[in-house]
Amino acid sequence: MSSTATFKIWRGDANGGEFRDYQARVDEGMVVLDAVHQIQAEQAPDMAVRWNCKAGKCGSCSSEINGMPKLMCMTRLSDLPLDQPVTVEPMHTFPIIKDLVTDVAWNYRAKKMIKPFSPRPPDAPDGTWRVAQADIERIQEFRKCIECFLCQNVCHVLREHHLEDKFIGPRLLTFTAALEMHPVDIEDRLYDLRKLDGIGYCNITKCCTKVCPEEIHITDNAIIPLKERVVDRFFDPVTRLMRAITGDGKK
Amino acid sequence: MANGAVAEAVNPAAAVGVTRRRDAWWVQPLVVFLALSGFVVYATWAAFQGKNYRYTGGGANYLSPFYSPELVGNPHYSWFGGRPGWWPGWLVFSPALLILPFPAFFRLTCYYYRGAYYKAFWADPPSCTVKEPRSHYRGESAFPLILQNVHRYFLYIAILFIADLAYDAWTSYWFINPSTGQAHVGMGIGSLVLTINVLLLAGYTFGCHSMRHLCGGRINKLSECPMRSRIYGCVSSLNSRHMAWAWPSLVFVAFSDLYVRLCCMGVLTDWRIF
Repeated sequence: MSSTATFKIWRGDANGGEFRDYQARVDEGMVVLDAVHQIQAEQAPDMAVRWNCKAGKCGSCSSEINGMPKLMCMTRLSDLPLDQPVTVEPMHTFPIIKDLVTDVAWNYRAKKMIKPFSPRPPDAPDGTWRVAQADIERIQEFRKCIECFLCQNVCHVLREHHLEDKFIGPRLLTFTAALEMHPVDIEDRLYDLRKLDGIGYCNITKCCTKVCPEEIHITDNAIIPLKERVVDRFFDPVTRLMRAITGDGKK
Repeated sequence: MANGAVAEAVNPAAAVGVTRRRDAWWVQPLVVFLALSGFVVYATWAAFQGKNYRYTGGGANYLSPFYSPELVGNPHYSWFGGRPGWWPGWLVFSPALLILPFPAFFRLTCYYYRGAYYKAFWADPPSCTVKEPRSHYRGESAFPLILQNVHRYFLYIAILFIADLAYDAWTSYWFINPSTGQAHVGMGIGSLVLTINVLLLAGYTFGCHSMRHLCGGRINKLSECPMRSRIYGCVSSLNSRHMAWAWPSLVFVAFSDLYVRLCCMGVLTDWRIF
């Protein structure tokens, strides 16, 4: 049986805007994106909203629902307190285009600055490599990322302090971890991680991990291991000495 | 990037602590603040007592973990005798003052606690998507927080402490017969308290992020090192519940000190199981 709920949706652009109230029918199984589509179809045809797969796999419908960064397509109305208005607003960290749509292009520009995958010479004459499953499993988790940029949005270094020129954010640190921990890769990104990517700016709030719709352990499995590698290189004289003695480079 | 556009457009005059979150986001940092503050107050008080830290009643030998190893103190038990000549006259003599800074810095530089107390004590941020009180931010990229990178050195010391506390737990199962002076195996509630204490501390210490890195995380081809791979798997398993080890071990180490202290003071009677 249908009921109705109030949605406070932010409408506006870079020049400003406001929250507007809309009523939407609520049926069993609906998600926030369904309600937004209903409002767009029946009450606000000019409302801008980015979406694509409706299955939590394209990362397009990122927004902030009741103040928390979420995918609209994966947020069930049954999980929200519908006795109060549901606020839906664009991600705060990125420049707004219109209504619920933001410009996330900075993430792609910053990604280009990361040293790309650089494989060792092939293991076999046919140009292929031999990789143990156990070695590749560790970075498989990072490959689940759908680039919704909710982690970038919630990271207070970007959201509150706007240090995009000094810090690449959790998504791109995870991307770097996938490269840096790859058993075939031989590139060295530790200097960049410290000096250019600003890994020291992360203060481990774990907000990125909390909002990740793919449940990637961004902080524990990507950022902290990278921080430890940076410590190896720049802050641990014993490790530096051992590396100088053994000639142990990237393994 | 032309930043802040959305934040300024959507929430132009957001004050500190402002958020559109509906949950009780302030509960977790408040609990962390109260729990850590309570521990620091109790540990500081206990460290400055300088007495009631070793219970020997009924032939038992329970040493408070705050005072272990007893480097100086009671000449009968300590490694290096009584109060050393270099101890400042203005400072209360307590063996714990030589011990507690090391586990304290281990916890202070721990990755889990860092994230927790940055929120609870510095509001940096107060919680996810909650407006912060300050605009300037350097994180752990500059002094003083860049010093957090020494965490692994405190890990090395913490491992020595685990060995020492394990020895204390072992000795707590040996009781001196007052008539013969012979030691015999027994078990008191204090034995269980000290054993649980070292097990919780070991679970916390060996699940440390630095431990995980050093025992295998730094290697990309772990399959070539089977032993390290197994150790890495065990440490990772502990590490995935690092927070769940951190709090019980913190509370229980204080409880262990309190138990020994109350036994020494005669407030509690150590019940012998056998």
